[in-house]
Amino acid sequence: MLPFDFDYYRPKNLQEAVELYRHLRQSGRQPMYISGATELITLGRIDLVFTDAVIDIKDIPECREIGFDGDYLVLGSALTLTAIEEANLFPLLTKTSSEIADHTARGKITLGGNICGQIFYREAVLPFLLADSQAVIIGPEGVKVHYIDELFQKTLQLGNGEFLVQLATDKRHVDVPFISIKRRQQWETGYPLITAAALKIGGEIRVAISGLCPFPFRSNQMEAAINRDGLSVENRVSAALTVLPEPILNDIEGSADYRLFVLQNLLNDILAELDGINS
Amino acid sequence: MLKVVGKSVIRKEAYDKVSGRAKYTNDYQSTGMLSGKIVISPYGHAKIVNIDTSRAWKVPGVRAILAGKHYPLTGEAIRDRPPIAVGKVRYHGEPVALVVADTPTQAKTAADLIHVQYELLPVVNSPTQAFQRDAPLVHEHLGEYEKEEDSHPVPGTNIATHIKIRKGNMEQGWAESETVVEASISFSPSDHAAMETRCSTAEITPDGKIIIMTSSQAPFMVKRLISMYFDEDMGKIIVHTPLVGGAYGGKASVHLEVLAYLASKEVGGRPVKVWNTREEDMITSPCHIGLDATVKLGAGRDGKLKAAFIQYLWDGGAYSDKAIDVTRSGAVDCTGPYRIDNVWCDSYCMYTNHPFAAPFRGFSHSELSFAIERTMDLLAQKLNMDPLELRYINAIRPGDTTPTRVKLNSSNLGDLPSCIEKVRELIKWDEGQIQEINERLVRVKGVSCSWKTSTIDTDAPSGAILTFNRDGSINLMSGVVEIGTGTKTILAQILAERLKMDVDKIHVRMEVDTQTTPEHWKTVASRGTYMGGRAVLEAADDVIRQLKEVASCALRAPVEDFEVADSRVFLRDDPSIGLHFKEVGYGYKYPNGNTIGGQIIGRGNFVLRHLTHLDPETGAGKPGPEWTPAAYAVEIEFDRRDCTYRILKACSVVDAGKVMNEKAALGQVMGAMSMGLAFAGRETFYFDELGRVLNTQLRTYRPLRYGENPDYLVGFVERPALDSPYGARGLGEHGLMGMPGALGNALSIAAGVPLNNLPLIPELIWKARRGTHHASL
Amino acid sequence: MGLQSLTLHINGEKRVVNVRFADTLLYALRGNLGLTGAKPGCLNGDCGACTVNVDGWPMKSCLMLAVEAVGKEVTTVEGVKGEPIQHAFVENFAFQCGYCTPGFIMNCRSLIQHHPDADDAKVKEWLESNICRCTGYAEIQQAVKSVINKE
Ligand SMILES: Cc1cc2nc3c(=O)[nH]c(=O)nc-3n(C[C@H](O)[C@H](O)[C@H](O)COP(=O)(O)OP(=O)(O)OC[C@H]3O[C@@H](n4cnc5c(N)ncnc54)[C@H](O)[C@@H]3O)c2cc1C
Ligand code: FES
Ligand code: FES
Repeated sequence: MLPFDFDYYRPKNLQEAVELYRHLRQSGRQPMYISGATELITLGRIDLVFTDAVIDIKDIPECREIGFDGDYLVLGSALTLTAIEEANLFPLLTKTSSEIADHTARGKITLGGNICGQIFYREAVLPFLLADSQAVIIGPEGVKVHYIDELFQKTLQLGNGEFLVQLATDKRHVDVPFISIKRRQQWETGYPLITAAALKIGGEIRVAISGLCPFPFRSNQMEAAINRDGLSVENRVSAALTVLPEPILNDIEGSADYRLFVLQNLLNDILAELDGINS
Repeated sequence: MLKVVGKSVIRKEAYDKVSGRAKYTNDYQSTGMLSGKIVISPYGHAKIVNIDTSRAWKVPGVRAILAGKHYPLTGEAIRDRPPIAVGKVRYHGEPVALVVADTPTQAKTAADLIHVQYELLPVVNSPTQAFQRDAPLVHEHLGEYEKEEDSHPVPGTNIATHIKIRKGNMEQGWAESETVVEASISFSPSDHAAMETRCSTAEITPDGKIIIMTSSQAPFMVKRLISMYFDEDMGKIIVHTPLVGGAYGGKASVHLEVLAYLASKEVGGRPVKVWNTREEDMITSPCHIGLDATVKLGAGRDGKLKAAFIQYLWDGGAYSDKAIDVTRSGAVDCTGPYRIDNVWCDSYCMYTNHPFAAPFRGFSHSELSFAIERTMDLLAQKLNMDPLELRYINAIRPGDTTPTRVKLNSSNLGDLPSCIEKVRELIKWDEGQIQEINERLVRVKGVSCSWKTSTIDTDAPSGAILTFNRDGSINLMSGVVEIGTGTKTILAQILAERLKMDVDKIHVRMEVDTQTTPEHWKTVASRGTYMGGRAVLEAADDVIRQLKEVASCALRAPVEDFEVADSRVFLRDDPSIGLHFKEVGYGYKYPNGNTIGGQIIGRGNFVLRHLTHLDPETGAGKPGPEWTPAAYAVEIEFDRRDCTYRILKACSVVDAGKVMNEKAALGQVMGAMSMGLAFAGRETFYFDELGRVLNTQLRTYRPLRYGENPDYLVGFVERPALDSPYGARGLGEHGLMGMPGALGNALSIAAGVPLNNLPLIPELIWKARRGTHHASL
Repeated sequence: MGLQSLTLHINGEKRVVNVRFADTLLYALRGNLGLTGAKPGCLNGDCGACTVNVDGWPMKSCLMLAVEAVGKEVTTVEGVKGEPIQHAFVENFAFQCGYCTPGFIMNCRSLIQHHPDADDAKVKEWLESNICRCTGYAEIQQAVKSVINKE
């Protein structure tokens, strides 16, 4: 039950969506794109989200695309996490995604919603950050394609009226060795304390992390430390811990110190898993 | 040979519950029912400078806004709580205004527009802080409140009550103690988190009838308290309680009902519903009490306990309400189930700026057990003794006395040594407490014990009414609320057993209404079976007597020659001569039409005998009818590197007196264990420095979920309580009570550091280990 | 703005409801259609008490706008009549207060339809979505397994 009213639109194609947004803005409204609507509903209920015009993009064919197209795996932003897991085209994504929220909720939460949401874990972005995926976005200026690690700086950097249509991932990066570990405050359910996802491409280990900072990230400096030749695992991990982004979260899920302890162990586990594997 | 009692009879309302037909308070909605929305305090302690409702009034559909007005103070033991805050707020979540509107959306929209200006006050953020001499006062006028006789507030402090236990001679006790251990134990308040959030509706008819529907464990208390608080005629107050979606003590407090009543009154008696969102249910409504405890135990060389000094500082929160009773109950059984001849206990109910407390499954015993059982393990360690053996040799037995000096016998006390022995078998204790798996993993077992009596009002009643249907089936009406414990089905079993009839021919009225259902004091304290059962037995005997009277007349034979069984009343020596219930239940009709008797209506009631108040100086007195003991174990697998763990097995053995319904009893115990493990391992409120609760959603306040549960090992011992129907003792709470202690003990051994705080999350263990590492450097 | 007239397919029937676009499916089911089997426990997607089936999949009806359900087949517990999972819940004592039960039944039912031979891991993955505060989950596990093994 939301305490505010809104109009609801369900555009059938990309242009219509963008045009609607522009038009609504011009008439002084506060339009919002949605796909899964879960954040609209749950944060709207407690006054953390407001809109008076909802543009639901889940009927737009491009946003529902799922499959290989030439050299790329294309995943539409309006796909539910469950749909992505069931298709299982990107094993790391399947693994990371399957730890988000719970099974039923993942039948409603969408890829685009998770990546563009306010709830800052945005765990589904981790595999794409690692695989050098490209983000297809559309807005008043038409379609644009960016490498996601350029576009995703803490959040997906979208201009006014823009939204995420698809993520395209090089086929060669989809089936590489990976590991994804989600550590929680306790046991097996809940938000991440830290989620770490890793891929090995071209002999190098790549790591992306959610839950350590109030945003997910992949860090070149960390990766450089982790992959440094000739150093012991211990030293590589220690070095990585010195180049972390700021701030380290210190909240009810865990203190900053404890998170660093957990991260250290996670990095050890990742190296233990991926060090020996050839890629 | 019992035919119905003890069997896994399917609960009477089972098919309603799997088909969606089962209705709970919020499922009832009448046309014209208005919606109430509470505006809550965002701070723990603050002065209310101004409340501006002008914008809220402009929202269409708004019918009333209650704010800033003085209503009579409420509260069960001390009347310290304004229904809606005036002057200042004392906890995060406290109602500061109540909006009544046509729809929930309008009410919420208007509530959001109420602007309250606050001035922050210093926060009392723990009972230990509250106990300091210079602590800010939560209640400045504590001395002026009306109160019950056995509440002992100390004006000028944050002490809402102080219960003393002075038993034996402490000097002698310490002198006899060769080994002494002391521990400080602490945990914050948490929540019951019943899946059904609380809901109350109220309506006042033009002739003054006050009709309330509420998800409550205590509809009869609602009637009494509304009458008392607002000077209403008791007979005009009718409280309905349909099925309740989980309660665990949290719905024993009377709270939302008062708001619904005030709201309805404000709109000329129109029906108003007040329904808690999850966030409100967690903090606005009463929560699970926290505790800071100090326990000092002394034992002789043989491990026999000689002396105990115990201080409990209960976190009663901003208003004392039921926390006063919890504090008393904690004193009554303060030592845990052990024989200790010299006991000194101070149990204080402290005011803090936290949400106020309701009873929680175990009524102080799950909390105090953690404190006692952790200290017992420290003692075992210091004595270098097997922790299970230490408990066995100290286990309370017939002939011993309780802290309040009740003399125990084999009826009023269950058989703890047998419970311990059974735990020993089930958890395979003799295969070893510690099992190394590899460098990182170790498996460890921890044990604990508990006991409990129910401290209830000395005059608490329970009644039952039986009426016949024309087909010879019987309707059973009892004031016990069906909160999920299946007690109403057990009452039907008791009735079927006594009447020797088919339990399917007994219809149980699930809903309670205080006008036509006989009173059952409150559905708390695992007392439904004992008290409700006794009332049902008396009603059954009443029915048997009436059946025989009618049959005696109809069949021209002495009353004494009749038996009742299989829905018939018949001659003992010739069962072929007799009448079916359908021929007598509505009176007996002779062939010519003459009729004798009429609808048979059986009545029964019950009051516990010989309960007394406690002596205010020594605590001596009889607080409850019988003590149910239990023993527990938990086996965990601990990861030494990560400080994480899994709970592999959890074991509870309860002296149930008599298991009345096997599967239901197992379910009660396993469910309680699951809740106990979640309380021990994960659940707590996180407070910030302003006294705000930071996790008011189930996303961040996390009960156990499917698959996180361990394998359950449940056993029963059956040493009957002679006064209880078929010997049954209470068991609804016991599965929970020992879990925190057993888990804490297992983890403390696994991690190699004493863990005396809850919840036992990996970070806590990591910190404790780091603390000792640093200390040893 | 204001009220919209929507046609929903619920339990095999077409039902017209007048709701706001901002109303959830849960709200429409309970408030407009009197289908109170789906329960509110958190309105936040956390507890699962409001679970229904949408096109055969489990759905937390508090996470779906009523308007999103247009054109979809919605089944609530009221539309589930005498299915094996219901009997299994009764026979295995898989509930106490029963408040979580409709949600669990709807989730289990969908699980059994999609994975009639689900293994323990699959069952856990699905059933983690619902909270039961009364039972310790052992009986729910038995109930689900009794149906899975039969089918
Ligand atoms: C029960 C539950 C548990 C959760 N647990 C986790 C967890 O463990 N880990 C985690 O990472 N998250 C978790 N979340 C958060 C969840 O993943 C996010 O809230 C996510 O936003 C929901 O996706 P949606 O599709 O429903 O979003 P919507 O409500 O549709 O949209 C969310 C936001 O994203 C924007 N948006 C949506 N689609 C696009 C698009 N294509 N382009 C641009 N902007 C867009 C919207 O404007 C809106 O601001 C949980 C949520 C729930 C309900
Ligand atoms: S009410 Fe929908 S998940 Fe709790
Ligand atoms: S039966 Fe009560 S919550 Fe599951």
